[in-house]
Amino acid sequence: MRTWQFFLVSLAIALVGFAAARLLKNDYLFFAGYVVLQFIVLATAWNILGGYCGYVNFGSAAFFAIGAYTTVVMTKLPAFANRHLPEGLAEIIGSITPPPIPILILLGGVVAGLVGLGTGYLTLRLRGVFFAIATLALAVVLQTLIVNWDFVGGSRGAYVIRPATVPVLGINYIEYLFLVMLVLVVVALTVARAIERSRLGYGFATIRDDELAAEASGVPTLKLKLVATTLSGAFMGMAGAPFPYYIGFLEPSSAFGLSYAVNAIAMPMIGGTTSWVGPLLGAVLLGTLQQLATVTISSAVSLLIVGLLLVFFVIIAPNGLLGLWHDYFGRKDEKPTQATDKAAVKTS
Amino acid sequence: MDFPVQLFINALIAGILLGGFYAAVTVGISISFGILDIVNIAHPAFIILGSYIAYILNQRFGIDPILVSILVLPLFYYLGSVVYQVYYVSFEKRGQEALRGLAFFFGLLFVTEVILILVFGVDYRYVQAGYIDTTLRFSFLDLPMRMVVPFAISMALVIGLQLFLTKTFTGRAIMAVAQDQLALSLMAADPIKIKRIAFSISIATAAIAGALLIVIQPVEPSVGREYIGRVFAICVLGGMGSLPGTVIAALLLGIVESITSTFYGPSWAPAVAFGFLLITLAVRPSGILGR
Repeated sequence: MRTWQFFLVSLAIALVGFAAARLLKNDYLFFAGYVVLQFIVLATAWNILGGYCGYVNFGSAAFFAIGAYTTVVMTKLPAFANRHLPEGLAEIIGSITPPPIPILILLGGVVAGLVGLGTGYLTLRLRGVFFAIATLALAVVLQTLIVNWDFVGGSRGAYVIRPATVPVLGINYIEYLFLVMLVLVVVALTVARAIERSRLGYGFATIRDDELAAEASGVPTLKLKLVATTLSGAFMGMAGAPFPYYIGFLEPSSAFGLSYAVNAIAMPMIGGTTSWVGPLLGAVLLGTLQQLATVTISSAVSLLIVGLLLVFFVIIAPNGLLGLWHDYFGRKDEKPTQATDKAAVKTS
Repeated sequence: MDFPVQLFINALIAGILLGGFYAAVTVGISISFGILDIVNIAHPAFIILGSYIAYILNQRFGIDPILVSILVLPLFYYLGSVVYQVYYVSFEKRGQEALRGLAFFFGLLFVTEVILILVFGVDYRYVQAGYIDTTLRFSFLDLPMRMVVPFAISMALVIGLQLFLTKTFTGRAIMAVAQDQLALSLMAADPIKIKRIAFSISIATAAIAGALLIVIQPVEPSVGREYIGRVFAICVLGGMGSLPGTVIAALLLGIVESITSTFYGPSWAPAVAFGFLLITLAVRPSGILGR
């Protein structure tokens, strides 16, 4: 299937699913579904760097929060302009901010992508482990910055008022957010699938399998890695951008929650990292499981389940559910690419 | 306004004491990450575990937290060897330590934290000991004993480990495993066994670091996360696996953090470690005393 065909088909499937879900007339379905969709985007974004290139990003929460806080900044701008800027300018700013959610998603993506590029540029020239550690620390520092930044509410957090109207007729706000996220999911999956089948994807795979050999054969590894970090960061930011409107009140410890970081890693790892299907599978399964566990038991237990599953899967089934599927049903002559196994080479 | 000299000197001394404690926190990472190349990001979780064990025994039986940590050293040593065995069989042997090994330790960090939250809740816990509330005063200089005692213990720990690594056969074998595994096995020492011993020691230090942590400040399960950036910054800055380098870097970070929080407010302190880490990675990735 060509990329545009894939895009249209999955968009159609998504829209049919949306219409079907509306028939149930249950807002909670959209409320919970939004979180699952958000995790599909996060997991897919993580997999672009982690699964295709073999570089681990522990700072997914940071990129997610960058997207969310970009939105908060945009919603705070009109009031700020009214107080501090001359009237004409304030009016212009007031009329363009806050922009509609699709624009906010793009903005969040751009900012998070730039941060990804910067982090990558500083650390990716070194051993892969340093990138992982730097992303881990990045989350802590960005959180410190946000906590100390009064404009976005500091540690007290910020209320974000949802716009009164929905740009798409006939649906309520949570359904609109769900719809937007659904389209973002389709875009993210299409991009991930397109990368897999392009020269870029083959370049990423060479980095994952043997970076030294790739470099020696003329693959521009640093450039490719930077493309991957930027893309991955951008999608995480996009996943975070509508979040303030969803939650209504954003504070640093919820935006930077460790659950985003652990889910973004656990979902692709459990689903399988070599293909775009893996993160989708992992996110749908784990996301749904967590929603159920949160409602029926408690949110701490649901996180414990994710952590235990992650440890369990990396030990027992290193290639995730997709790997298990291939092991049992795959034809003998068409072995799955177990290329990630060799990712260790580049750190030694 | 005059430059507040007295405040500055107090901040400096507090920073040195804090840095000494950081050395105890980092020394485990210096062994596991610096020497053995095992990226044990779950180390802070083990430290918090140590804190909670010190807390329980202190509350129940009134044992001194630092004494507790020495009592549970064998337990942590054993825990370390179990973790290493799992890590070795599942990842190192299969050559998958990069991606999956990292994910494994991350999962371990997360699971430990969530279990502690489920058992103890997110309340801050603290311990009682005679020296915690006393402060020595020399004119304007304050020396709180809850900082001085951890500093002294931490220095003793690091010096002891350094002597162990440079003077004993096992210690030298540990240093050798970092350089050349094959050569070590030619000397008839089993590299896996040596690595297991080294990793177990690194986890055992977490017991002591945990007790020191809960002496210094009240602890709740997610405090460990703040230390991840810190310990790796110190480890990289100190030059990966060099214990003297670790101490210098720890003192440096302690001083800078203390001065930052005295003059700009404590909420900025966590960012200092990251700034250090990024600058080190960008300018001198091999650290101060790098190999």
